[in-house]
Amino acid sequence: MTVEATGAGQPAGPGAQEALLSVRDLRVRIAGKQGVAEVVNGLSYDVRAGETLAIVGESGSGKSISVLALLGLVPQPPARVSGEVHFGGQDLLTLDADRLRRVRGNDIAMVFQDPMTSLNPVLTIGRQLAEGMQAHLGLSEKDARARGVELLDLVGIPSARQRLDDYPHQFSGGMRQRVMIAIALACDPQVLIADEATTALDVTIQAQITELVAGLQRDLGMGVIWISHDLGVVAGIADRVLVMYAGRAVEEAVVDDLYVNPQHPYTRGLLGSIPVLGRPDDDLMSIPGRPPDPFHLPPGCAFWPRCAFRYDERCATESPPLRDIGAGHRVATFYDPDRPT
Amino acid sequence: MSVDRENTEPGTTGDARRSDDAGGPSAPAEPRWRETLGILLGNKLAVFSLLMLALLVVAALFGSLLAPYGPNEVAVENRLQGPSGAYWLGTDELGRDVLSRVVLGASVSLQVGFVAVGIALFAGVPLGLVAGYYGHLVDDAVMRSMDVLFAFPAILMAIAVLAILGPGTTNAMIAVGIVYTPIFARITRASVLTVREEVYVRAARASGASDLRILRLHVLPNVAAPIIVQTSVSLAFAILSEAALSFIGLGAQPPRPSWGRMLADGRGFIEQAWWIGFFPGLAIFLTVLSFNLLGDALRDALDPRQRSAIQSMGVTA
Repeated sequence: MTVEATGAGQPAGPGAQEALLSVRDLRVRIAGKQGVAEVVNGLSYDVRAGETLAIVGESGSGKSISVLALLGLVPQPPARVSGEVHFGGQDLLTLDADRLRRVRGNDIAMVFQDPMTSLNPVLTIGRQLAEGMQAHLGLSEKDARARGVELLDLVGIPSARQRLDDYPHQFSGGMRQRVMIAIALACDPQVLIADEATTALDVTIQAQITELVAGLQRDLGMGVIWISHDLGVVAGIADRVLVMYAGRAVEEAVVDDLYVNPQHPYTRGLLGSIPVLGRPDDDLMSIPGRPPDPFHLPPGCAFWPRCAFRYDERCATESPPLRDIGAGHRVATFYDPDRPT
Repeated sequence: MSVDRENTEPGTTGDARRSDDAGGPSAPAEPRWRETLGILLGNKLAVFSLLMLALLVVAALFGSLLAPYGPNEVAVENRLQGPSGAYWLGTDELGRDVLSRVVLGASVSLQVGFVAVGIALFAGVPLGLVAGYYGHLVDDAVMRSMDVLFAFPAILMAIAVLAILGPGTTNAMIAVGIVYTPIFARITRASVLTVREEVYVRAARASGASDLRILRLHVLPNVAAPIIVQTSVSLAFAILSEAALSFIGLGAQPPRPSWGRMLADGRGFIEQAWWIGFFPGLAIFLTVLSFNLLGDALRDALDPRQRSAIQSMGVTA
């Protein structure tokens, strides 16, 4: 396994810089008929200005809901959100609805997975671009329109001025995602959250969108949270990667470190299951079993039933804590690759 | 695994940004209403109903100028005369011109129809929006009270309201309006339930839009189509209800001519002078038919599936 590139553009390591957004012990519990599901279980991370944190995991691992929770977008009840989310000197989780609304879209913006459905079909692109600017920045219609042209230009939509009056169905998927990004950038957010932003797109368009976001981030100095299930895409854009499994962070590391030196058996499994050109397919690993039902998590390590390295007797009974193994690399496993077995 | 980072070299970004599916479908932007109108005018039945309704509106607005006689011009010597050159649609038992009364009766029917449906729209749509959008307790409270209203047969409900308020055109409007409110609340709520789960509504929430803004800008325009169709169909039924109420003497009061009243008056003379009841009845029939046909045509024109089918045939391109 080789990683051919190092982070283009900027140093990948965490600087001494203070975190823009810092999440501490975020928990989301959902009460259902079968009991209480711990959908997000003690998640902590920091995002610094100009840094991209990728959150990676299978569907159902809680990655999307964890970011929705920090913006107060998880309906409570049935969910219960606890923990702390520090942003701009305040805790987002304790903010009242009105002030939180002013953070959303203004300071922290989001791009969703499916560009085909995330635009309102009956409003022109210009109207949808202007919406946030009028609501948050109090721009007049004329100013919002002028800025709309700038934004479409910025995200690389040709003849922006004319396209402002077009409806979403007149754009292709890749173009719509560009529009979504333009809308997200409208109020100069400090943090951009991209939730599977390229998953619904063709591979070539995927590359263009990740590039676009990386470029914009360099220019605008935003912090980016990039949620994906695809480690391949993440390798191209992230500075740091956080791997989630069953609502927990199981490993977090600087991107190259994670790819070269994965510590958690789950991360190894994920990396081993990516096909590589020139390598025979039978080398492909797959992780046996399925992710656990959040209503019935196994008592010990949530990954234990599927783990290929169950050497430690604590695995079945104890949840491994997230421990620091140096250089900002954190991992939650009892498995030690250096220990002779 | 290998990661290809070639494209992320700084410097190439600018060009690459512009090079994807740049073309895309670039049909000139056409406002939705104009597109809908285009489809509507391609439908013969819709054109027929629009012409009928235009005629009706003209009769309602300029009836007194068009009618050959006054509505209450009594000419006893000419009573119960069949259709002739002087009285195109005949005269009634008091010698009043049936044509003049039918023309002038249009204003009552249309007025009651439009105002009643207006009341139902302004009460029902916001209730449905709120119920569907907020769900839970709000939904239960609003929709169950609508169910109570809905449980009564429409005409019985209207009679009950008029029994409380007293007969008359204004009260008939209110009564019919109340009767049709639950229909609009239901239709709106049902559509809101699907729209509120759309990604663009979640995206709007994530971008910090207030509930009011989301309802106004994202939800309402996307639930408008069924409401528009229902408005047209409800107009037909409201006019029918007004006629029924006037027929039993609770709607428009004499001397104001109204179709329902004329129908009731003509009932006693059905064997000697069929025209007294027939022509107001025909007017009601054509009006109701037109609104229903228009409703059908609107539904077809506003249906996105039909729309995309038409688009793919290149009609609107």
